[in-house]
Amino acid sequence: MRTVIQVTGVRKTYGATVAVDEVSFEVHEGEIFGLIGPNGAGKTTTMECIEGLRTPERGTIAVLGLDPFRDVYKLQERIGVQLQQAQLQKRIKVWEAVNLWASLYRKKAIEGERLLELLGLTEKRDSWFMNLSGGQKQRLFIALALINDPEVVFLDELTTGLDPQSRRAIWDLVRGIRERGKTVFLTTHLMEEAERLCDRVAIIERGRIIDMDTPERLVARHCPERTVILATEDPAAEERLRAIARVESVSCTERRFTIRGRGDDLVTEVIECLSENRIRVTDFRTILPNLEDVFLKITGHSIRD
Amino acid sequence: MMMRGLWKLTWIEIKVFLREPMGAFGTIVFPVIIFLVIGRVVGRRMAPAALAASGFIHVGLPVIVSLLIAVSAVLSLVTIISIYREGGILKRLRATPLRPETILTAHVIVKLALTAATLALMVLAGKRYYPAGLQVPLFSFTMALLIGTLSILSIGFLIASIVPTARFAQPIGAAIFYPMLGISGLFFPLAAMPPVVRGVARVLPTTYAVSLIEGIWRGEAWTAHLGDVAALAVGFLVCTAVSSKVFRWE
Repeated sequence: MRTVIQVTGVRKTYGATVAVDEVSFEVHEGEIFGLIGPNGAGKTTTMECIEGLRTPERGTIAVLGLDPFRDVYKLQERIGVQLQQAQLQKRIKVWEAVNLWASLYRKKAIEGERLLELLGLTEKRDSWFMNLSGGQKQRLFIALALINDPEVVFLDELTTGLDPQSRRAIWDLVRGIRERGKTVFLTTHLMEEAERLCDRVAIIERGRIIDMDTPERLVARHCPERTVILATEDPAAEERLRAIARVESVSCTERRFTIRGRGDDLVTEVIECLSENRIRVTDFRTILPNLEDVFLKITGHSIRD
Repeated sequence: MMMRGLWKLTWIEIKVFLREPMGAFGTIVFPVIIFLVIGRVVGRRMAPAALAASGFIHVGLPVIVSLLIAVSAVLSLVTIISIYREGGILKRLRATPLRPETILTAHVIVKLALTAATLALMVLAGKRYYPAGLQVPLFSFTMALLIGTLSILSIGFLIASIVPTARFAQPIGAAIFYPMLGISGLFFPLAAMPPVVRGVARVLPTTYAVSLIEGIWRGEAWTAHLGDVAALAVGFLVCTAVSSKVFRWE
């Protein structure tokens, strides 16, 4: 597995404020890597240091073997960037922007019109930037980030402010980028987005990375709790459920049982117990912890605070 | 290589500018109309002979108008740069292989081109109000105006580098440029001003720009204005050097 981005001991301050400190991680070729954390945690600063838009005070960064500060123009040829809250000229047309961007790079790889089609912007090619919807603007920015057929794509808070439908469409696009063999580095404060898209995530808080792994392993490590909710009229159910070794607690309100325990096997064991005892259920649901719970667990506060 | 994308960016910036509601009309057509109206009013009141004799109409007005157009172009540059900065457009352009100087050069070219277009229209439209046979060294005048405009542009960039927000760009720029023009000798002779004002005027590039442009318009030789050109060059270099240090991209 080739390392595409290598960040070691990076620190960046703005005046007296330490934005990021001692940040180290690696991003591998062909993966979607997410930097996740609340607003103001240092995600954008970290990303912009890697893109060569900011210079860290300390630490080293290598992207595709290049130094983002010294080799910034060489690097820009090979990466694609979508910035948080960026704008274009109000009255630039969609095709003009794509055409302009295409002319800025040495290598010609992707045809603008095909890219617009891929991103569903063909109908909007003659529209002014200011007249696009939020989702269309984001898709245009993705088009601009892909125009040079980059090896690494940087996406900063890609779907913030979009409606759920546009958000899903954009997730599909990002998965498509990975399928074409590109590496994707993204930041998000939406845990659902990280879970659905990222192969690996690093959790950043107050400028420091506090843990890093695949979403599944992070959940397994920090939040082994599992919950099963089921509904049954069977009077023997409670006793049987309590007998399961892994079960830690069973509570019941109006024939609706909430069963709590640890480990992935809990769900299987509950199902086996129901089947062996021929307990008829009218409802069965599982509640699995997610990255949101992981975040709450390791920082002590919710990511939305 | 360094200037990759320059012409495309310049061309797009021109198109984008002309699409603005007041873009083409405000910067190109409107000044020409004002000029024509003034020309008509003044022209009717004076016989052609008197018109030729009056310093105001054939030396003063075209020079005043040209400088005002140059300053308003620079003010619009200051505003555009700060709007682009505030909207993150400058930052987005920087996250490409574009060199920062290419981005800024494109804007300078746009403003010079629009100023030139306005002035050319004005020359064409104004012909009938000027006595035939009045010899104006058009090429030299254009060069003088270009040099003057570039030095005003460099001050504009300095202002654009430091204005806090787009909202203040235009008023701050106007508050700096119009007084500078006011004491530059364009409207009143320098000799008639109090010594303090004259002292201030002597360190302002606009004073030298006015002296150069007016002199060339009157048909004086370049050799008589080498001092003005040198002063403008120094001003340009200083402003460009300082703004390259303090320019903010976001």
